[in-house]
Amino acid sequence: MAEFGQLLIEVLGIEKDYPTGAGVFQALRGVSLGIAAGEFVAIMGASGSGKSTFMNLLGCLDRPTRGSYHLHGQDVSRLSSDQLAALRNREIGFVFQGFNLLPKLTALDNVALPLMYAGMGRQARRQQAQATLNRVGLGDRSHHTPLQLSGGQQQRVAIARALATRPRIIFADEPTGNLDSETSRQVMGFFSQLNHEEGITLVLVTHEADIAAYARRRIRFQDGRVVEDVAIEAVAA
Amino acid sequence: MIIASLFETAWHALTTHRMRSFLTMLGMMIGVAAVILMLAIGQGAQAMVRSAIESMGSNLFIVMSGATTTGGARVAMGSAPTLTFADADAIRDLPDIVAAAPVSPGSAQLIYAGLNWSTSVFGSTPDYAIVRDWPMASGGFFSEADVRSGARVAVIGQVVARELFGDEDPIGKIIRIRQAPFEVIGVLAAKGQSLDGRDQDDLVIVPISSAQQKIFSSSLRNRARFIMAQATSEKTMDAAESAINEVLRNRHRIGVGQEDDFIVRNLTAIAETAASTTRVMSLLLGAIAAISLVVGGIGIMNIMLVSVTERTREIGIRMAIGARRRDVLWQFLIEALTLSLIGCAIGLALGIGGAWLVERFAGLPVAVTPASVLMAVGVSFLIGVFFGFYPARRAAGLDPIEALRAQ
Ligand SMILES: Nc1ncnc2c1ncn2[C@@H]1O[C@H](COP(=O)(O)OP(=O)(O)OP(=O)(O)O)[C@@H](O)[C@H]1O
Ligand SMILES: [Mg+2]
Repeated sequence: MAEFGQLLIEVLGIEKDYPTGAGVFQALRGVSLGIAAGEFVAIMGASGSGKSTFMNLLGCLDRPTRGSYHLHGQDVSRLSSDQLAALRNREIGFVFQGFNLLPKLTALDNVALPLMYAGMGRQARRQQAQATLNRVGLGDRSHHTPLQLSGGQQQRVAIARALATRPRIIFADEPTGNLDSETSRQVMGFFSQLNHEEGITLVLVTHEADIAAYARRRIRFQDGRVVEDVAIEAVAA
Repeated sequence: MIIASLFETAWHALTTHRMRSFLTMLGMMIGVAAVILMLAIGQGAQAMVRSAIESMGSNLFIVMSGATTTGGARVAMGSAPTLTFADADAIRDLPDIVAAAPVSPGSAQLIYAGLNWSTSVFGSTPDYAIVRDWPMASGGFFSEADVRSGARVAVIGQVVARELFGDEDPIGKIIRIRQAPFEVIGVLAAKGQSLDGRDQDDLVIVPISSAQQKIFSSSLRNRARFIMAQATSEKTMDAAESAINEVLRNRHRIGVGQEDDFIVRNLTAIAETAASTTRVMSLLLGAIAAISLVVGGIGIMNIMLVSVTERTREIGIRMAIGARRRDVLWQFLIEALTLSLIGCAIGLALGIGGAWLVERFAGLPVAVTPASVLMAVGVSFLIGVFFGFYPARRAAGLDPIEALRAQ
C-alpha cells in the first residue's frame, strides 16, 4: 500500500455499464491504472472507446459500476453527492470540448461561479476571478459574454474557470476539439506551462497525435480497455 | 453566503427573460390584488355593519303593533296600532328592562327661514334617547313633563341641523313641522348609517303627545306604532323577552291559543345575524380571490418546470464545477420565491390602489388592514415555496452527466 501515498489517482478494475434498450452496454471493461501528482497524461483512442466515460468517473461526475477509485487515497465511492460536489469544486477543474460556459454571464462571472459554490464572498471572488482571467491573458475581456468572444478565448475563459479554485488536477475532454490548430497550440502551450510551473496534474483526451505530444504519458483506450500506456519523450517546449 | 449570491443569480435569470418573468408574475399579481381588494371590501362592509350595530343601541327589543301571520311580521300600515303608552310604561316597569320608549313614526316637511327639508319625524319619550344610547351634541332632550304637556319642542339630528341651519346655532330657533311651530331644544350627536343603510341623523324627535296632536292624525292618540325597550344586560335578554310577551298578553287579554296582536323582536340578535352574514360574505369573497392566488402559484410552477428543462445544461455545468444538490435546489426555489414575492408586491400596490378607487368612485366602504396585507405576503411566500419546490427538486435531482449532455 506504500504506492498510495505517491499516487493521486488510483483506479482498480473499473467497469461502467450503461443500460440500453438491448440490455447492458459495457463502456469500460476493467481499467486499472495510477496517475501520480504532477503528471501530464494524454488519453487517446477511437470514438466510442470509453474515454469520456473514464474522464467522467475520474472527475467524480459519475460513479463506476464496479471497481474502486481512490483520489488522494480517499475512496470516492464512499463519498456522498455533496462531498463529491465539494471535491469537484476544490480539487478538480474541468475543461470541455464545447467550453460549457454560461452564455448569459460575463467571462468574469463565469470564472467566479465555482468560487461562489466554494462559499467565497462576492468581492473576493470577483477579485480572484479577475486575477485568474489575467493569467489566461483575458484580463481585458472580463465583461464580455461568451458570444462576444472567439472560440479560443472562450476556451481560455473555461480554463480560467477550471483554475479559479486552484485545483490540483485538471481534466480536459478534447479541449482543442473545437479550435483551429493555431489556437490549439496556444491552449496546449498554456496547459504545458501550468503543468511545468505549477505542478498541476493534467489529464486530457484528444484524437490528435500532435496534441497528445504535449503530454509525457499516453494511454490508449480500445473497447473500454487500456491497450497502451507509454511514456512520451519530452518535446522542446 | 451562497444563499445571498443565489438571490443575485435569481435576479439575473429573471431579468434576462423580462417578458416571461412578467407574465409568470401576472397570475400572482392578479391573485394578490384580488385578495386585497376583496378583503378590503368585505372588511369595509363588516366595519360598516359593526358601527351600525354599535349606533343602534345595545340589548335592544322592538315591540311592534300588529299580528304575526305565518311567514313573518305583517304590519298593516293603515290599521290602528295596538300598543299603548301604558303598554310602554308596563314594559319599563319589568325588572330586566332599563327603559322603554313608545314611538310614533312618520314623515313631514320642515321649514326654517325659507329653507325646507323633508325628513322622518319620531314622536317618542325621553326613554328613546336612553334605549338608543344617543347622546346630545348640544342642548338637551325633552322631558317627561314636555310629553305630558304636549310641549312644542323638538330635538333634531345632525343632517337636519346642517340642512336647515348650516353654521347657525339651531338651539332656541323655531321650525315649522307641517306648519306647526316647534322650538329646537337640542341637537343629537351623529350616528351615521343604520343597518338597513338609512342615515340615522336625518330625523326630528318630538314628544309623542305633540306629534299626535299637532303633526299626525288624531286617531293615533295614546297609541304607539312600536315600542323600543332596552334590557339590563345581554344575559337578561331572554328573560326580558318572555316577560314582555307575558305582560302584553295579559294587558291585551289574549287567551291561551289566541294570536298575539304584537310582535317582539330581539334587534340585537338580528344585528348579530347581519354581522355574521357579512362576515361569511367577506370570507367567501376572500376565498374566491384566494383561488386565483393558487392559480397564480400553479402558473409559477409551470414556468419553473419549463425553465428547469430549458436550463438542464446550465444545471449540469453548475454541478460539474461544484454546485451541491441543495445549491441547485435553492437556486430554483429562490427564483420561484422572487417571482411570487415581486408579483405579490405589485399585486399589493394594485389591490390597495383598486380599493382606493372603489372607495372613491363606487362609494363602497373599504378597509385595507395590516392583517390582510401580512396574510397576502405570507400566502405568496408559501405559494412560492410550495409551487417552487417541485421544479427545484427536479433540477436538484438531475444527474450531472445527463444534464451536461442535454441540448
Ligand atoms: N449514457 C449512456 N447510455 C448508453 N450508452 C452510453 C452512454 N454514454 C456513453 N455510452 C456509450 O459508451 C461508449 C463510450 O462512450 P464515450 O463517450 O466514453 O466514448 P468516447 O471514447 O469519449 O468517444 P468520442 O471520442 O467520440 O468522444 C459509447 O459506445 C457510447 O455509445
Ligand atoms: Mg468523448
